Amino acid sequence: MRATSILSVLAATALLAACGKKPAPEQPAPEPAPAREEAPPPPPPPAANDDAERRAREAAERAKALRDQLGDLIHFDFDKADIRASDQSILDQKAAILAANSAVRLRVAGHCDERGSDEYNLALGNRRAAAAKRYLTGKGVADGRLEVVSYGKERPLDPGHSEDAWAKNRRDEFEVTAGADNLVPPK
Amino acid sequence: MRRLVLPCLSALVALALARAATAQDTTRTVDGGVRVGIGYNPGVPALVVVPGSGVDSVRAIVQRDLDYSDRFKMVTVADPGHGAGSPAPGGPLNYGLYKALGAEFAVELMDDGGKVTARLHDIGRSVMVNQQSVTLPPTTDANFRLAVHVLADEIARWATGMPGIAATRILFVQNGRIWLMDSDGMVPRSLTPDGQTSLSPAWSPDGRRMAFTKLVQGRGGIFVYTLGTGETIEVPGTETALNITPMFAPDGNHLAYAHSDEKGTDIFVASLVDRGSLRLTVGRFADNLSPTYSPDGRRIAFVSTRAGPPQLYVMGADGTDQELFAPFDFGVTGPSYAPEWSPDGASVVFHREVSGTPQIFVLTVAGQRLRQITSQGRNEDATWAPDGRHLCFVSDRSGARQLWIIDAETGRVRQLPTPGWARLPAWSRRLAGPAVVAPKP
Repeated sequence: MRATSILSVLAATALLAACGKKPAPEQPAPEPAPAREEAPPPPPPPAANDDAERRAREAAERAKALRDQLGDLIHFDFDKADIRASDQSILDQKAAILAANSAVRLRVAGHCDERGSDEYNLALGNRRAAAAKRYLTGKGVADGRLEVVSYGKERPLDPGHSEDAWAKNRRDEFEVTAGADNLVPPK
Repeated sequence: MRRLVLPCLSALVALALARAATAQDTTRTVDGGVRVGIGYNPGVPALVVVPGSGVDSVRAIVQRDLDYSDRFKMVTVADPGHGAGSPAPGGPLNYGLYKALGAEFAVELMDDGGKVTARLHDIGRSVMVNQQSVTLPPTTDANFRLAVHVLADEIARWATGMPGIAATRILFVQNGRIWLMDSDGMVPRSLTPDGQTSLSPAWSPDGRRMAFTKLVQGRGGIFVYTLGTGETIEVPGTETALNITPMFAPDGNHLAYAHSDEKGTDIFVASLVDRGSLRLTVGRFADNLSPTYSPDGRRIAFVSTRAGPPQLYVMGADGTDQELFAPFDFGVTGPSYAPEWSPDGASVVFHREVSGTPQIFVLTVAGQRLRQITSQGRNEDATWAPDGRHLCFVSDRSGARQLWIIDAETGRVRQLPTPGWARLPAWSRRLAGPAVVAPKP
């Protein structure tokens, strides 16, 4: 129990620290980020034998790797919503994980760089999220498991005004909204 | 009187031509021969607000309102002391004095036993043109300034036949909240709570309500907020997916907006009366958004990506006869956004990127001619004043993105005193009386 409590305190502290990061005053206030309800990893069982301990650790690492892959970003060309050929493998990987884990649901969020009007970019971000969904459903993922949303240019990853910043900001983000526990690797 | 007036005269003359500095946006030719027609028109009458005692705050607001109407050359005179240059209450105006200053009109404001009396004099003819006495709310009342603005607009009407634009308010977005302020940028107050992302405020024609988009986790509903009560309803049909760019129809009972889902973004019209909705565009993965009604309610201008980059199109209010509106050269002309039809129906303002930088353009509906209004810095999201010649827009010309006003006829610009990064302004029609009550903060 003590280990759990300490982890919880650490997690809470990290969350507070993250929340304490104020956006630059000239930026519009971002929406409050959805609170992630990830339980801290269970404490290692006392006096477990090395094998079981190692297997559990490896399983946890695999699950985390799978969650990370589900969250990998894809990027877009300026004012475009076409999936880049180089990003197809990222989406293929997600489709495979989704096929092996039928409880997983994803929220796909389209984002844009700062060019173009505030309002148009909401529509463009929507088109970018929809493009990823169309690709994934084309790979057999059920329609109802993928939610399409857009933040336009309201939430840049990089607040800069350079080509580099813009390239980073033109993206789809993928958030696991259900079924994140006990992920198994694709067959 | 003579001894009092004469020493003051030289001071008055020295100040007479010291009109408030007018910044001008530069003139420019665009798109191969489209002519920009901005030039200061010197044919406007010179007007002086007579100094005097009492009603100082009223005089300051009226003076500024008349100046901001851009319909007068303001003859500014410092008040050399209470009563100098102005008649005793009820006494005759010294027409000779103001004629010497070059004024064609003089405005007198005086405390009239709890009321404020305004008088307009025609200096050339040495006659009083009109006068009105009004009871103003106490200066602490939220509607005090609006009542003074109404008086200033009336004085402008006496002098020019056209009311001013002071008795109006501007909605805008800052830090994810919708704000409301007077047309001169004073007394801003927020209408939506902190911690939300609210965008795209739009006035109802009667100035009593506003529509806006509220983004929640990448989805957005459209809401109608009643000023004064704060009552808020969600527009039927906008409960799912992403719904953006609301715009009231001139009848006040319908609301056009863009609905984004997996098939693209299309324009719908919702009825606020029978709660039905009608789809106007079928994008098939193209985006159609930012609808704006012609004042007769028959047509809607909008942005579409049907030919590639976003450009301006127009259609009937029932979705028929969709066609290109603002001409562009494919692959050459920059993308175009955010149209708003002018109150007189004659033009549509929008912004278009020129060499990657957004600039304000006005499209003349008859003949579809284009005029570029701005060229300094990034200029976006323009909204019309009710006089159809002033525009409020977002510009970074002073550094941060701020709200500015330009007189499209003279090119005179001024910055509104909004703190921080303001965007997406919406200018009301003329508001009158206490009908539009400021909500509690």
